[in-house]
Amino acid sequence: MSELSQRTIDAIRRNEAPLLASWSANLEHSGASRDMRISHAEFDAQTREFLRLVVVGSSTGDAASLASNEWSETRAFLEKLSRSRAQLGFDSQHTASFIFSLKRPLFELLQKEYADNAEALAAQLWAVSELLDALGMHTIRTFQKSREEVIARQQEELLELSTPVVKLWDGVLALPMIGTLDSQRTQVVMESLLQRIVETGSEIAIIDITGVPTVDTLVAQHLLKTVTAIRLMGADAIISGVRPQIAQTIVHLGLDLQGIVTKANLADALALALKRSGYAVGKAG
Amino acid sequence: MTAASSGSHPVRTEQDVVLARQQVRKLAVSSGLRLVDQTKLVTAASELARNTVIYGGGGDMDWEVVEEGIRKGVRLVFRDEGPGIPDMKLAMTDGWTSGGGLGLGLTGARRLVDEFSLESAPGNGTRVTICKWS
Repeated sequence: MSELSQRTIDAIRRNEAPLLASWSANLEHSGASRDMRISHAEFDAQTREFLRLVVVGSSTGDAASLASNEWSETRAFLEKLSRSRAQLGFDSQHTASFIFSLKRPLFELLQKEYADNAEALAAQLWAVSELLDALGMHTIRTFQKSREEVIARQQEELLELSTPVVKLWDGVLALPMIGTLDSQRTQVVMESLLQRIVETGSEIAIIDITGVPTVDTLVAQHLLKTVTAIRLMGADAIISGVRPQIAQTIVHLGLDLQGIVTKANLADALALALKRSGYAVGKAG
Repeated sequence: MTAASSGSHPVRTEQDVVLARQQVRKLAVSSGLRLVDQTKLVTAASELARNTVIYGGGGDMDWEVVEEGIRKGVRLVFRDEGPGIPDMKLAMTDGWTSGGGLGLGLTGARRLVDEFSLESAPGNGTRVTICKWS
């Protein structure tokens, strides 16, 4: 029912040049093609390719079933398009309007072509509209998906980035923790710290919690687990960055951190670590 | 006692706990709580919000900035429709936990704030109200 008739497809083929010109003008008008992130040549190539794919797709397949095989090339093209748009930082509106702005030129063409047959005109307008809507929706879906992929990747990177293990001295490692300490992060932190202890043969690990805004029972539990694991590896742990307000909160919470060496700041912790390793630090001369 | 402003915050996921904590910190700062009291209130809120998610199966946090004379405070209500607490006395015992925690969340939270009330019945959810004054 919503198939493009052969007559429509022929009309599009015949009028490819004016269609493209009018589509470009539309895009220009909406400001979409004036953006510096995409060159004019690239834009022209994309519009030409898309129109060709629509003609190919609709001459073989049903316009209503975008999921069918006949449209696979078109779908692939749109997926590539919206992915590249997402990476360039465009919003989904921009990507969708790329397709929707083809509606007007196509409608005008159909109007001219079917001037003698109102019934056929209505049917074809509906078919074209449905097809372009479906294609537009597809780009938005893909756009959304690629955005989500970007976010997921960033989350993973953040997880990795936020847990650097730093060597402060021979045999002394430091782990500056920043932000929220949830179970997943603690796991990553613990893994990379224990790994580094083995690699460097360090005997003291300093966990700095200056950048952790809230120390509640869950955070404390994670810290205790990490300290226990460090001890099982034969190394010692020092927790530094315990600010006055955190200290008072820990007392009221009733947390038992006895047996764990804590220091107010990283400098004190390093001084202690050096002393324990047998280094004496003094002014030269 | 009058409420200067109020609102509600969903507490359904671990991510919501972080957002609720940030919200409470903002409220604590705006009502003029000292740094230590800010930290105490935020920590108590963190414990109770996590309880709401883990044991209550998710719920909401209602917040209110309250005024009484010249002092200002933050009142928070954590409520859920979960299984409730069968034994209140046991729940308010240091070191007791029905899950895998340290068993200090509820009792610790009570020690961190100025006012604390716990209402719960088996099958009827749990409602914890806390208040911290400047």
